[in-house]
Parts: sequence; structure tokens; C-alpha cells
Amino acid sequence: MTVSLAEWLMDDRPASRRQAVLGNLYRGMRAIIANPAALAGLIIILLLVAVAIFAPVLALGRSPFAQDLAQRLAAPSAVHWLGTDELGRDIYARTLYGARVTLTIVFLVSIIVAPIGLAVGTLAGYLGGWVDRVLMRITDVFLAFPRLVLALAFAAALGPGIENAVIAISLTAWPPYARIARAETITIAGSDFIQVVVLQGASTLRILFRHVVPLCLSSVIVRLTLDMAGIILTAAGLGFLGLGAQPPTPEWGAMVSAGREVILDQWWVATIPGIAIFIVSLGFNLLGDGLRDVFDPKAER
Amino acid sequence: MERGAWRGWGQGLAAVIRPLIALAGSLLITFIGLTAVTFFIGRLTKIDPVLAVVGDKASREVYNNAYIALGLDRPVIVQYFLYLKRVVTGDLGVSVLTSQPVISDLLRVFPATFELATIAIIIGVLVGVPAGVLAGARKGRLADHIVRVTGLFGYSVPVFWLGLVGLFVFYGKLGWVSGTGRLDVFYEDIVTVRTGIILIDSAIEGEWDIFFNAFSHLILPAAILGYYSLAYIARMTRSFMIDQLAQEYVTTARVKGRSFWGAVWLHAFPNIMVPLITVIGLSYASLLEGALLTETVFAWPGLGLYITRALFNSDMNAVMGGTILIGTVFISINLFSDFLYRIFDPRLRTA
Repeated sequence: MTVSLAEWLMDDRPASRRQAVLGNLYRGMRAIIANPAALAGLIIILLLVAVAIFAPVLALGRSPFAQDLAQRLAAPSAVHWLGTDELGRDIYARTLYGARVTLTIVFLVSIIVAPIGLAVGTLAGYLGGWVDRVLMRITDVFLAFPRLVLALAFAAALGPGIENAVIAISLTAWPPYARIARAETITIAGSDFIQVVVLQGASTLRILFRHVVPLCLSSVIVRLTLDMAGIILTAAGLGFLGLGAQPPTPEWGAMVSAGREVILDQWWVATIPGIAIFIVSLGFNLLGDGLRDVFDPKAER
Repeated sequence: MERGAWRGWGQGLAAVIRPLIALAGSLLITFIGLTAVTFFIGRLTKIDPVLAVVGDKASREVYNNAYIALGLDRPVIVQYFLYLKRVVTGDLGVSVLTSQPVISDLLRVFPATFELATIAIIIGVLVGVPAGVLAGARKGRLADHIVRVTGLFGYSVPVFWLGLVGLFVFYGKLGWVSGTGRLDVFYEDIVTVRTGIILIDSAIEGEWDIFFNAFSHLILPAAILGYYSLAYIARMTRSFMIDQLAQEYVTTARVKGRSFWGAVWLHAFPNIMVPLITVIGLSYASLLEGALLTETVFAWPGLGLYITRALFNSDMNAVMGGTILIGTVFISINLFSDFLYRIFDPRLRTA
């Protein structure tokens, strides 16, 4: 008997772990595609990735770094589609390459924040007792802080630069993930299959890594998508203040800042990169809202 | 008075005092956490605190004396407690940039931020609450979609960029508002500083020209900042409203002859006021953060501009002092709105 791929994926009694995982992914994808807003968000993010990868091709030979002082602050034209900045650099090319910077920040913050949140949350939730109380107190304290101000202070102390901006954002962004992971862990730890694994003699670390963490991942990823817009806006804010990526890196926030002085006369210098920031964070917001509706219909707000 | 009545009073008092103690406790712990983090940040920085005091031309001996005077030879934990003691007594060090104690600088610039954030939250509440009620009551209709999309834009657009575009359109092209700063140059330093809030100070002296000039400077940054709280307030109001309108008492009121909007405003709305207090408190606190970037764009001489200026002059005392002030106000508003919520909502009064 042959089964189509779709049937194999939708099988409610998967024969292997791989089939189960792929099946879940497939169901998730179908749910997202059925939700127009989420689909729009997904498309925007895929476009962002595509732009980042193919920036040199899309720039059609324009360099994001080449200065042409004779052409500084030129209005959009056939040569410079989106005009030039204060050093005569092509804004179209710089905006395209800026996608790489934004994606790098997003990626780095995610791989720092999610593991920290998962580690703190699962440990607190699984061990309980004083470990839980201490870890959650620390989490609450961090949660009560104003994020941008704290990231600013961290970035100021560490010195400007993209790596330090990433560290500063991560240091202030992990608490919600610890909260989520803890709540999930408490539910999971009470279930029968964990009792079985405990009876089989699995170590705490093995239980956490092999059984608890994988089950927390989906909530953490949904939350990460929802927060991504905020992370991008914070990163852009740091860049705008001069604490993020340093010149000549084409970072969108810093590019908006460069256009500040000339906003009344050469509006395109600040406006174009700002639109890029807006579109990308809109994409993450749309996808995040959609993912939440799919995975957690109760939280509809 | 009867005994029962006294007991009722006692319970009522306990219902207020218990959360009050809890409030004080969380305030204290969070404040200690905040100072620990700023202390830690202060140690992270590569700027030598001794050189910041004595200057880089100091002799070895002067340097060593300052090193000891600053307590840098003591264990870290002792240093932290010394730091905490100074912070609590209001000693945030001296700003390198202004040569003034940081605390007096902060008190001088704070009213400007307060004025901006307050006008912004008024805009956010006056527009956001009715918009949220409308969207919730007309769920799935056109009005709902408009409110949701407006809110979604608010979550996605960078505040500093919106500020610049606002300046370009409303100041540069249309000329409806005044540009950056709090006042036109020729109006500056005329009104005596009483509260530091120009709208109030100029009204007291009857300087209406200055009042309107200040207002035309204030309205754009306040509206932009207010837009962000509006997005959040409208979204939350909408979801509270949807929850309430699904309740049976609303149906009962309708059956008894109340009009639809009568049921919305007279029956459902009073029930969402309590959670709304928390939401408004939260967005007021986050306005302080938004003010940081908005002030930079509009050259608004408040806390945000003070901190960002200090950043670029490696004036760490000023940066840390500003962080502590914003952090403390932020934490206090957050915890206080949580406290109000507990007082007003009998269901949350845990025994």
C-alpha cells in the first residue's frame, strides 16, 4: 500500500521520531499558511533572509562602502535608486547589506537568550525548592528592569560595537524565557512518562536535556518570534545612539542616525533604512501573532 | 460600635496592609538587584574610576591615595555595600560633563521628562481606551481591524524614526508645530523655574505666549510617544472588553432593555477599569524608556538626553545615576500598579 507524502506526514500514529517531528512541522506550516497575517509575516522574513544572502547580486555591483563625495546626499536617481548618504555611499546597497547585520543580531541574540532562559527555567521548575525560589527571584528582578535603559548602560560600559550590543540585549532579554520554561517544566515534570524515566534510573541532566527541554522548545520559539521585533527595535535604537554596529557597517539604526541632521532637506537618508526596520519588525510581529494563535489559542489577545 | 464591625475594619485594614508589606518587600529586593547590576556594570567598564577623579596627569602618590579613598582596595562585596550606602543617601557621584553632583543634575532634568511622559500618557489613555472599547465591542468589524492594524504598526515602527519623519512632515513641510527643544530660543529663561514643568510655570505667571510656544514644541514628541502607549492600551482594553462582553450579566442587562452601547459603557466598562489601571501604569513606566530615544531626536532636555549625552563623554557616574533613577521610577510604578490592582480587585486579596 502506498501512502502519499501528505498522508505520511499527517499520520496520527507516527512510526518514528523523525516522522513525528516532520509531521508536527507540516501541521504547523499548514496552520500558518491558513492564517493570512502569519503568512505575510513569514514571507517578509523569508525575503529578509533572501536579501541578506543575495545582497551582492541585488545591489547590481553597487558597493555599500564606496564613497563618492562629489555625489554626497544625492536624491534618488537612476544610478542611486534610493539616493546617497553624507559620504556619497549608495543607500540602496547599504540597506540591502543592512539585512545581514540585522539577521546576525537576531540570530546571535536568539542562540544566547534561549539556552540561558531554558537552563534557568528548567532547573528552577524541575528542582523546585530553594533553587526555584532563588532563580525566580533573580528572574523577577531582571524582569522588573527597564530593558532599553539597562541595555544602554551595559553597552556603554562594554564599549560600542555589534558584539557588545548583542551581549547587552541578551542580558536584558532572557527573563521571559526562564518564566515560560519554568511553567512548562512544572507541567511536564508531573507527567507519568517522566516518572517512568526516573524509575529507569536516568540522571537529572539526561531527563532535562532529553525529555524536558525538547518539550519546552516550541513555547520558547513562539515567544522568541514575538519578541524578535522588540529585539530588532532595541538593536536599532542602540545603533541609532551610536552604541551598536560601528561605521562603516551598514546598520539600519546607525543609518537613520546619519540622516538626522539632514532630515528636513534630504529626507531619504533617514527614511529609507527606517522603513526597512519597520517592515522587518512588522514581519516578525505578524508571524509571532500567528504562531501564538496556532500554538496557544487561549492566549488570543 | 459593635464588635463585628471592628473585625470587619481589621480585615479591611489587613487587606490593605498585607499587599503593602509585600510591595515594600519586592521594591526593596528589586532595588538591591538594580544597584547590584549597576555596580556590576560600573566594574565592567574599561574607564578607570581613579583617573576619572584625579585626571591622567596625577602623580603615583595622588593616584594611590585616591585609589584607597574610593575603597578600591577593599573586597568587592564591601565595595558594593559602600556603593549602596552612597546611592541610598543620594550620593551618585559627580558628573564629569557638568561638574555638578549627578543627583542635582537629575533633579533638574527630570521635570522635562515627566512633562513629556505625562502628556503622552494622557494622549494614550484618551485615545487608546475608547479605541480599545470600540474594537472589543465591534469585534471582527471594520473599526476593530483599523484599531488592530494601528496597534500593530505601533509595535513595529522604531520610535526614533517616527520622530524624525514627524519632524520632517509636521515641522518641515506643514509647519504645524515647532521644532526641537522645549521652547523657541528667545522664550528661554524668561519664566522662573517653579515646578520645572514649563506648561505649569508659564501658566502661573500668565505668560500665555510662552505657554503656547511650549505646547507647540511638546505636542509632537508627546503624540509620538503617546502613540506607543496607545497601541498597548488599546490592545489590552480590546481583549478585556471581549472577555467582559461574553459574560452573562451583559446579556441580562440587554434583556432588561439596556441599549448595546449602554451595556458596554455602564456594565462592562466599570469591570475592566481595575485591570486597566495596571495596563496604564505599565505603559506609563515604559514611556520613560521610549522618552530616551524620543528626547534624543527632539533635543528635549530631559533624562534621556542627559543620559545619552553622558554616554558619549564617558561620564559613567551620570549614566549610572540616570539608570538608577529611571530604574527606580520604573520599578516603583510597576509594583505600585500591581499593588493598586490587588487593593481594588477583591478576588486577588489572598488570605
